[in-house]
Amino acid sequence: MSERGVTLLSACISNGSFSCPQHWACPPAEMCDQTFLAITFGPCDCCSDTKPLMNIYLKNEPVNYCSLCVERMACQGLQPNETLATLKMESETLKTKLEEERAKLHDVELHQVAERVEALGQFVMKTRRTLKGHGNKVLCMDWCKDKRRIVSSSQDGKVIVWDAFTTNKEHAVTMPCTWVMACAYAPSGCAVACGGLDNKCSVYPLSLDKNENLAAKKKSVAMHTNYLSACSFTNSDMQILTSSGDGTCALWDVESGQLLQSFHGHSADVLCLDLAPSETGNTFVSGGCDKKANVWDMRSGQCIQSFETHESDINSVRYYPSGDAFASGSDDATCRLYDLRADREVAIYSKESIIFGASSVDFSLSGRLLFGGYNDYTINVWDVLKGTRVSILFGHENRVSTLRVSPDGTAFCSGSWDHTLRIWA
Amino acid sequence: MARDMSDKELLKMELEQLQKEVKNERMPISTTAKELADWVEAHVGEDPLVKGVPEDKNPYKEKGGCVIT
Repeated sequence: MSERGVTLLSACISNGSFSCPQHWACPPAEMCDQTFLAITFGPCDCCSDTKPLMNIYLKNEPVNYCSLCVERMACQGLQPNETLATLKMESETLKTKLEEERAKLHDVELHQVAERVEALGQFVMKTRRTLKGHGNKVLCMDWCKDKRRIVSSSQDGKVIVWDAFTTNKEHAVTMPCTWVMACAYAPSGCAVACGGLDNKCSVYPLSLDKNENLAAKKKSVAMHTNYLSACSFTNSDMQILTSSGDGTCALWDVESGQLLQSFHGHSADVLCLDLAPSETGNTFVSGGCDKKANVWDMRSGQCIQSFETHESDINSVRYYPSGDAFASGSDDATCRLYDLRADREVAIYSKESIIFGASSVDFSLSGRLLFGGYNDYTINVWDVLKGTRVSILFGHENRVSTLRVSPDGTAFCSGSWDHTLRIWA
Repeated sequence: MARDMSDKELLKMELEQLQKEVKNERMPISTTAKELADWVEAHVGEDPLVKGVPEDKNPYKEKGGCVIT
């Protein structure tokens, strides 16, 4: 019974080796490493001795255990002689074995298979629209399923809904916090979700009445213990998936605000997430500051696959349109493609001349092109199969922070710290 | 949360995850890469950003200059 649901209040328990059971009964004048704030004194629920008790929760039930029983219980999952060192060694052995298994299947490179594919022609993509109106850095944007509306959020707390064809602003909301790092359009087009330094994800229903105060109808859905880095509606307006600086991702019911599933596995801030295309099932991928990209099963909360080949924070992850692969963009100035069925990285998109991190990536409709927005103000367009760069787009005057291809693939939109969004086609 | 876990707990979590992952089924890249390439080729015909969109159908094309009559 190594119960992960144990919450320990104000205790100091020594890490590593087992402590002598007499530690709790220290001479009154001394504070040893077993000193803790005891809320009650009485019979322990486990060993029945009368001692200072810690109020803890086991399987969500409150119980009172003495410190000795708490420590015994925390160590129960471990075999004798299981120390940090042995665990680490076992971990390293498994990692090597995993790499060996993966390497066995590495019989050919993606670009070799792609040699028979026709080369791409010259690309002429330019800025067709510039959306001006944010007063500060644009941090995130999302397309509406109607292929023309866009929601964007910025550092100054503003969330704006635009019509990309006409560049008109349709709605504007000011959030109570700054650095709104995440925003998403609901599949129905009737609501937007956003959040950031407020640690929450809030949903605003969009009304047709332009004069209506959107802020009044705001609904707080998600609560994390650190900043919200990304959010996305699932297939309906009813559920939202969030990722946070607290290292977790979570699935929420919009109507009740209830936590439906939480996803633990990252050992640092989670910066991005993307849902699998609906045909391929209930999974999503997340990337974090621990350099890992994890693929999760939404129903069970389990991490199915994990990839750790980037050399720095992963800022953006995006599924390949077929659902069999995903791309990632990282502060290590590379974008990479991971094949889910081969369970490994199959391509790296990098150049020696690119030294700034990639903040945001997205595929074109067929998956032939990968667009990457970088911190050196440019957008690089990559041939996914051949691994070469086909185009470099200039225009933004500060780092590109967000990039999404429109739902019908006719254009893509980039948002930047230069306060603008650009539509390219 | 990852921040609240001790080193030992983090390692245990990592170890359990690795044990699960080692058991995953994998396919050779020659198969999966070919399928990726096939999927792209099947869909690239409809990809507006790859094949281009005729200017009159492109919703983002700048309309001609203003005409004052």
